[in-house]
Parts: sequence; structure tokens; C-alpha cells
Amino acid sequence: MNTDILNIDRKETYKQKYGFFDKDTFVYRTKKGLSADVVKEISGLKDEPEWMLKFRLRALEIFMKKPMPNFGGDLSQLNFDEIYYYIKPSDRKGRTWDEVPEKVKNTFEKLGIPEAERKFLAGVEAQYDSESVYSSLKGQWEKLGVIFCSTDEALKNYPDILKQYFGTIIPPADNKFAALNSAVWSGGSFIYVPTGVHVDIPLQAYFRINSESAGQFERTLIIAEPGSFVHYVEGCTAPVYAVDALHSAVVEIIVKEGARVRYTTIQNWSDNVYNLVTKRSAVYKDATMEWVDGNIGSKLTMKYPAVYLMEKGAHGEVLSVAYAGDGQHQDTGGKAIHYAPHTSSIITSKSISKGTGRASYRGLLKVVKDAKGSKSSVKCDALLLDDTSRSDTYPKIEIDEDEVQIGHEATVSRVGEEQLFYLQSRGLSEEQATALIVSGFIEPIVRELPMEYAVELNRLIALEMEGSVG
Amino acid sequence: MEKLLEIKDLHVEVENNEILKGLSLTINRGEIHAIMGPNGSGKSTLANTLMGHPNYKVTKGEIIFKGQNILELGPDERAALGLFLAFQYPHEVPGVTLFNFLRTAVNSIQKKRTGEDIEKDRKKSASSILQFSKKLNEYMKLLGIEESFSKRYVNEGFSGGEKKRAEILQLAMLKPDLAILDETDSGLDIDALKLVSEGVNKITTTEQSILVITHYQRLLDYIKPDFVHVLVDGKLVMSDGPELALKLEEKGYDWVRDQVDTSIIN
Ligand SMILES: Nc1ncnc2c1ncn2[C@@H]1O[C@H](COP(=O)(O)OP(=O)(O)OP(=O)(O)O)[C@@H](O)[C@H]1O
Ligand SMILES: [Mg+2]
Repeated sequence: MNTDILNIDRKETYKQKYGFFDKDTFVYRTKKGLSADVVKEISGLKDEPEWMLKFRLRALEIFMKKPMPNFGGDLSQLNFDEIYYYIKPSDRKGRTWDEVPEKVKNTFEKLGIPEAERKFLAGVEAQYDSESVYSSLKGQWEKLGVIFCSTDEALKNYPDILKQYFGTIIPPADNKFAALNSAVWSGGSFIYVPTGVHVDIPLQAYFRINSESAGQFERTLIIAEPGSFVHYVEGCTAPVYAVDALHSAVVEIIVKEGARVRYTTIQNWSDNVYNLVTKRSAVYKDATMEWVDGNIGSKLTMKYPAVYLMEKGAHGEVLSVAYAGDGQHQDTGGKAIHYAPHTSSIITSKSISKGTGRASYRGLLKVVKDAKGSKSSVKCDALLLDDTSRSDTYPKIEIDEDEVQIGHEATVSRVGEEQLFYLQSRGLSEEQATALIVSGFIEPIVRELPMEYAVELNRLIALEMEGSVG
Repeated sequence: MEKLLEIKDLHVEVENNEILKGLSLTINRGEIHAIMGPNGSGKSTLANTLMGHPNYKVTKGEIIFKGQNILELGPDERAALGLFLAFQYPHEVPGVTLFNFLRTAVNSIQKKRTGEDIEKDRKKSASSILQFSKKLNEYMKLLGIEESFSKRYVNEGFSGGEKKRAEILQLAMLKPDLAILDETDSGLDIDALKLVSEGVNKITTTEQSILVITHYQRLLDYIKPDFVHVLVDGKLVMSDGPELALKLEEKGYDWVRDQVDTSIIN
């Protein structure tokens, strides 16, 4: 917990801070809508090997055939024909910020990325619409064999490693949006951490949507070799437009024996973004995967980071915070699948809803037969800030093994009059009191974050609570 | 003598029930007043009403604090003006440390009082945080609260007595002109009662006034009232010097009822 939540200038709106945009920053874009031609065009522009084009086209077919998900939020207004599937912001890509086109660089400067990079990051990937415009990795990590670049670059420079893992954790047929991403993916991060290497300060990616009606389909792949460690952080924002944007990412993570990966998301989309993301990790012997997922903003988010516990001793955690403000639906949660004995998982979800906001917890806990001695605890807490907001839980539990230890707990609470009065009697305004209650509510998750991100998350939520977005 | 608080003919309703039925009371600066009275007579109602609880509706009468009619003010504005209530049943604030809670409270009261936002100025904020910590530790020691408590979440898992001590700690940090103590003694063991009430004496000055609500004389052995009032059925039916509390302890409320004209009670 920190008091910074109360320090923000409450007049500062999302619009001013994140919702700005630059006109005509692209050098190229495909025409609106999706077709095999568009997919071929994207692959051709990127000068991709044949296998990738085939992969994309097959994925497109799957996408066309698959029905829309029959769970989650309302997707009926999402019009696939009104989206630009590929928007290229620049002809070149920077290794230093000076090489990045002026307008684009200014955007990231406004978002504080170069500053964060100087202060506390091991490396940065910055994506603007469809392409990565900047990558850096500090020399000490490069020397140790760490790779951190865009997935497009990985396809060019490390084709063998990429091909070995790409699409193996989340195949295109997994779900409609995984298929969509597989067909039109562009950008995203590729991280390779060699055996035993600990990258002990975070690597960060920032995904920025700039154009109207944009689709952003980054594809991230992280491979942690045995005994290694990496903490990857992603942030994202978009301008406020009257028309919808679509963000649909796929994130695949392989955590090998004894390795540990932590993946932190601080998502802060504007209210016109559909955010439909598939995130999954395969966790091997004695390895640990941690998802820390902060979901703020968007029109609808459907995202359930998953841990597939493949071998004995594998451990997975999902910590998720969602804030559903007016008009927003956060359909989030986590999935843990125990495929091996003596695996363990913890899913903790905290949601806050306000006004017409709706937060749903959707989770899956599955233990297969013979995964003896597995342990799991699922805890979801919802906090309603008023009488109109809504929260629901859809926890699915499938246990096919008897020798397991499972805990499940769900609570819903409302910010109470008495509690508010207590805080107000100590001089806090109603707004401050509510903010303090909320910051306390999410404290168990915030304290898991590095200080800078903890401050950021609290600040973003405070900003949302003013109802200033949009 | 400065009139700090003036309550005139106060009528208060809760959920359409009239609980306070014409209560008048004046507290001058530096005075200590005690209110005693049977369960359900309206003592906490008075405390909550003074602090501005939204569920307590003033249907008639006036509350003048520091020369200002405060009926239209919210609880936070009353706090900034110098009112404080130590709750009979303090609330929990999960996930918020006592330290952060108090710091937020102190800063926002200061901001409301002086218009200065300490947190906006990094240098000032850093030095004020040091001063704040020092003071907090000092007061915690004085009230027999372990240092680790500042890192615990507000009232969460505190024992009854610990909650009461934490209330007095807040009183110490917020330095109000008028502190209302609603049954601060309940839940305190004999030693703690002595420690906490002596603590109250140490942290308050003759510039501050106290309104003590209690059922028992023993608290008043330490926090010595100038006046004792008896509240029965929404009205102050008797007021006298400190000896009234002793008499009450000895004779009980039936004696009060016999003494006063029952017509004013009903
Ligand atoms: N929020 C409320 N809702 C309904 N009734 C209330 C509420 N607050 C107080 N009352 C009623 O008002 C009356 C006075 O209550 P109050 O708490 O003021 O008594 P008290 O004198 O403080 O008693 P005690 O000595 O038990 O603390 C009681 O009958 C109580 O039930
Ligand atoms: Mg009471």
C-alpha cells in the first residue's frame, strides 16, 4: 500500500494523459477487414518464410470456421470488417530512442517509457500499432546470452528456436481469438533466457495503439531454460476514439525445470478497446510461473492467464486485479491445470466494480487422474463501490483425482456506510476514503509488484475511480 | 470563557425513530464533560450526530462548534474543524496499515485546515514523514502500543482493548479541539484503563475539551470531569459536578428517574 493513490491530480484525465493520438503516423496499412489476401500481404511485407505464411493461412481458416465464444462478455457489437489488421508506423526500428521517428518517440516519452528504462529496467520493447519501433537490452544481459527482441526479429534472427516453440502452447485452434492472432500476428516480445541466468531486474514491453479502428495482435513467446529467472512486464494504453479497437494477443511461456518466470501486466486501455487475450504457460519440473494481471480500462476484457503444470513440483500462480468502471466489463480470472503429481497452484482474484461496471471472475481448476498430492487454492474477492455495479463468479472445478488438497473461497463486499463514515471522521473526503478502501482491498496483489508498478497500479485505479475516463 | 460547543434543543431521528428529544449542552474550551446513562438512551447517537453520521437526522435544534453552525458540514469537514470521535466500535480497514491511514488522515486534515498539500512538495513531504513517524512512535509508547502495530492493518484482528488504544492514538495524532470518547473504557483491562486514560491526560492540553461517554466511575478517576450529565431517553435529565458520577454508581438510574420529574422524560 502506498499513499500515492491520494496524491494524483484528480483533474488529470485519461484523455489528457493517455488518450492523445498522432494523426497519420503510419507508413503503410492494409485495407480494412480480414481476408486471405490481407494475411498474405502481411506475411509478404514481413518477408516471412513459407512455413509462417502457411501457419497464418491455416489459422485464418480456423478463425473463419470457429464460432464466437459462448461465454464472457457481449461481443455482438464487434465488427471484424471495421478493423485495420496491420498498421505499420515506421520504416525503421530503433536501437536508440533517437532512431525512432519523432512523433512516435514523443508518444513513448509522454508515457514515461525512456525514463523508466533508464531508472529500473533491463530492457524495453516498444510497440506502436502493429510494429515494434524500439528494442533495447542492457549489455550485461546480452553478454549472458539473453535474447529480448520483437517476435518478428526472432523469426528472422533465431528461426530455429522460434519455430521449435511457436504455437506449441497455444495452437491456433485453441479458440477463435487465438486463431485470429495466429493469422495476423505482428510484433510482441520474444524472450530467451539461457540455463541458470537470472535477469534480476524487469524487462518491459509497452504496447501502444495509436490509430483509429486499429487491431493490435502482438504475439509473445518466452522461453526460460532450466534454473533461469525473468520478470517481464507489459503495459498498454490507447487513444480515446468513438469507434472500437481490437487488441487480441497470444502469449506463450515455457518454464523449464527449476526456472521461474513472472509476467506482470498493467493494462490501461481506453473504453473503446475490446481486449481478448490468450495467455498460457507450460511449467515443468520444480519450476514456477507467476502471472500478475492488472486489468484496468477497456470496453470488454476476456482474459484468463493459465498455468499448465506439466511435471512434478511445478507451481503456478495467478494474481489478478480487475477494475470495472462505468460501461466496462472485465471478464477475467485464471486457469490452473494439474497434469502431474505434486503440483501446486494458487489463484487469487480481486475485482472492483463501480457504476454500470461489471466484473466477472471466470476460472478453471482442473486436476487430472493420477496427479496425486496436488494442491490448489482459489480465492476470489469482489468489492462493489455502489448499488448499481455488478460482480459474478464462474468458477469451474474438475477434479479427477481423490488425493488432492483443494481450497475455494469467494467473497463479495460492498463499501459500507459505516466504514466510510469512520474514515471520513478522520478527515478523509468520501473520495479519499473510497480510494483508501480500494487500495487496501488490492494490497495483497499490489505488494507483489515492484515499487514503481505498485505506484502505477494504484494511481491508475485512482484515476479510474474519478470516472474521468472517456 | 470560549464556548467551544453549543448544542441547542437537539432532536435526532434514526430510521424515523426519535432518539434525541431536545438535548442542550454547552462545552467551553478546556472543559471535560462526562455523559452517563442507561443502554440505549442515546449516548452514541449524540456522538455520531456530532460527528455528522449521515443516518442520524437532525430534525430540530442547532449544533454550534467554534462559533459555526456545523449541521451542513460533512464528517471530514467537521474533523478538519477540530472534532474527533473515538468510536465505541471502531471499524476495520483491511489492507490499509495504521501508519498509512494516520498519515493520510493527518495530511488531509492539514490540507483542509491550511490549504497546504504537504504531499505535493517532495522535500516537505519527506521531512514531515520523519516528524510524523517520530511522533507516532512516541505516542504509541505512551499508550503502550507495540511498535509493530503501525504496520498492521487498521483494527483488523485487533483485540477489543487494542482497538480502543488505537482510537486514542488517532486522537493524539489528530489533535482536535473537542474529543468525544464513546466508551473508550469498555474492553480495556484494569491496567490498560489506567495507562490509556493517563495517556489521554498526557496527550491533551488545557486548550482541548473532552466529552467522555462512559458507564463507569473508574474512568473518571483518571479523566476527571468538570461536569457530569445524565442522559435518559434522549434528554439530559441531570447535570452536576464530578460527585454525580459517584452518586450514580452507588444509586443507579432508578434513583435518577425518581429524582426527576418523569414528565420531562416522556
Ligand atoms: N443506526 C441505527 N439504526 C437503528 N437504530 C439505531 C441506530 N443507532 C441507534 N439506534 C437506536 O437508538 C437508540 C439509542 O442508541 P445509542 O447507540 O445511541 O445508545 P447508547 O446510549 O449509546 O447505548 P449503549 O450504552 O448501549 O452504548 C437505541 O434504541 C438504538 O437501537
Ligand atoms: Mg453507545
